[in-house]
Amino acid sequence: MTVFIIRRLLASVVLLFFISLISFFIITLTPGSPYPWGELNPKVSEDVKRIFREKFHLDKPLHEQYGFIMRDLFTGELRSIKDERPVLAKIAERLPATLALNLGALALSLSFGLLLGVYGARHAGRPPDVITSVLAFVFIALPGFWVSYLLAIGLVNYLAVPILGTHTIGVTFSNGLEVFLDRWWHVMLPASILAIGGVAVQSRFIRASMIETLREDYIRTARAKGLDENAVFYRHALRNSVRPLITGIGMLLPALIGGAVIIENIFAYPGMGRLGYEAVLERDYPTLVALNFVTAALVLLGNLLADVLYAVVDPRVRLE
Amino acid sequence: MITTTPEPLEVAASPMERSLRRFRANKIGLCALGMVGLLAVIAVAFFVLDVLGIPWPMDPDATNLERKLLPPDSVNWLGTDNLGRDVFSRLLNGAYISLTVGFVAVFVSLFIGVTVGAVAGYFGKWVDNLIMRFVDAIMCFPTFFLILTAVALVGPSIFNIIIVIGLVSWTGTARLVRAEFLTLRESAYVQAARTLGQRGPKIIFRHMLPNAAAPILVTAVLGVPEAILAEAGLSFLGFGVQPPQATWGNIIADGKTYILDAWWLILFPGLAILIAALSFYLTGDALRQAVETRSERQ
Repeated sequence: MTVFIIRRLLASVVLLFFISLISFFIITLTPGSPYPWGELNPKVSEDVKRIFREKFHLDKPLHEQYGFIMRDLFTGELRSIKDERPVLAKIAERLPATLALNLGALALSLSFGLLLGVYGARHAGRPPDVITSVLAFVFIALPGFWVSYLLAIGLVNYLAVPILGTHTIGVTFSNGLEVFLDRWWHVMLPASILAIGGVAVQSRFIRASMIETLREDYIRTARAKGLDENAVFYRHALRNSVRPLITGIGMLLPALIGGAVIIENIFAYPGMGRLGYEAVLERDYPTLVALNFVTAALVLLGNLLADVLYAVVDPRVRLE
Repeated sequence: MITTTPEPLEVAASPMERSLRRFRANKIGLCALGMVGLLAVIAVAFFVLDVLGIPWPMDPDATNLERKLLPPDSVNWLGTDNLGRDVFSRLLNGAYISLTVGFVAVFVSLFIGVTVGAVAGYFGKWVDNLIMRFVDAIMCFPTFFLILTAVALVGPSIFNIIIVIGLVSWTGTARLVRAEFLTLRESAYVQAARTLGQRGPKIIFRHMLPNAAAPILVTAVLGVPEAILAEAGLSFLGFGVQPPQATWGNIIADGKTYILDAWWLILFPGLAILIAALSFYLTGDALRQAVETRSERQ
């Protein structure tokens, strides 16, 4: 067990190094001006450009730039070009909202994906399965921003569901429960829309995994000894096919966080996706490097936790 | 006297024939494939009309301020936008953008993914280890955000969008090809080719790649809608193909200001994206079922 965790930790450090390289090079290797004001702006004097280059180490060779950026990132000294605030602080203040949104969407994806997938596998090959399969592909094919607008029209016109921000502005609640419920209402809609694709992907994996498990010898044994179909299905097959729940986390998180960029914009939700979009608009390089790095690191952490959790639950994993 | 003609011996169907037969039996898959074909015809037809300068049913870029924000009627079948442009014409005209982005981006990502996966799977050992750790690292990145960052930095144009989507989305293909190659390289015919002294590239492209073609084709088809959706998302955020060229994403993006007054500006382009993406997904899924050897044992 300990060996397994240590080995995974070491692998993660290697991955983290690659992640830092990629997030640095995506910014520096793409052509285009590094200045937030455009290369040929006549109002910006050479001196200002020089000071700017020195300040953000843009006058150094690439490998030294990488060193500086990573050092600054880890010491918390990396500052945004736009407002010169430490990038990590900017990310940290967005983190709770982002976690609420993405973990909410993840939980929805996993739970509804499981339900839909199990239902499909239960009726494999028959009409209910065909319908849920097509439905799953409809879910995957739905553009999130389109659903957001359609739902927003409907919900605003017919149901009084709050759709902007993280909480109702200008209202003071008397107790913590009301504050919590208010925030819950606000995160519900974006999280559900974000989760639509995840539910579908997850249901496909669960269904495939269930059908695979149902062909195993021990399922035949269970049936042969006269267990009724429900017991075979839920007690024997289901337990052995929940692997996609774990691998799903690794597959879904990057898609969720990426998709959140659009959804957060529509719902004026102050998460990291919106921060990223603002940084993109302002060509705020330090923030972009840090955001790409931090989100990828978060995904990595999620994977690591899931793996370890899975190894704790399922003894077969450690043998691999 | 009864003469019995001997029944013709059943010739064992090749795997390809069996796959084709299975695909033909899949009604949903056939419908989806038909839809993909229809979309391709529309895209090509309207691209040609656009190049020839024949506006049909109307000029997609012609503004008419007297007829702005009108709901669907007999003149403008799907309504008009805030500049009085015909939404139906713009939708048809935007089709080739979506399909071009879808196909070409997939081609780019296949090229990278197959090469990387083949090298990793063929050489194995530390090469494989190094490459796959790199792939793992890329997979940690939030895909859409990575695409958005890169497109914003290089500047949005259809060429840049295609390249960036392709550069970001090859990791799945690489993993798949690598896994196929790891099994294939132990197979007898690859061993034989190696014994005969054939060189690496020849073994990879002549012997191994054709045998991994089926799953690669499946990922390719399933990759097209991903690219279409990514382009739509970029267009929506204003980093897609730039106006006045109509794309399904930017019609919605322009229409969102009028969301409460002009639902047709949101509904129809979104439906177009949904139908296109769904057709490709269902075709890809039917293909996957057709070529999957495991399902034969069912």
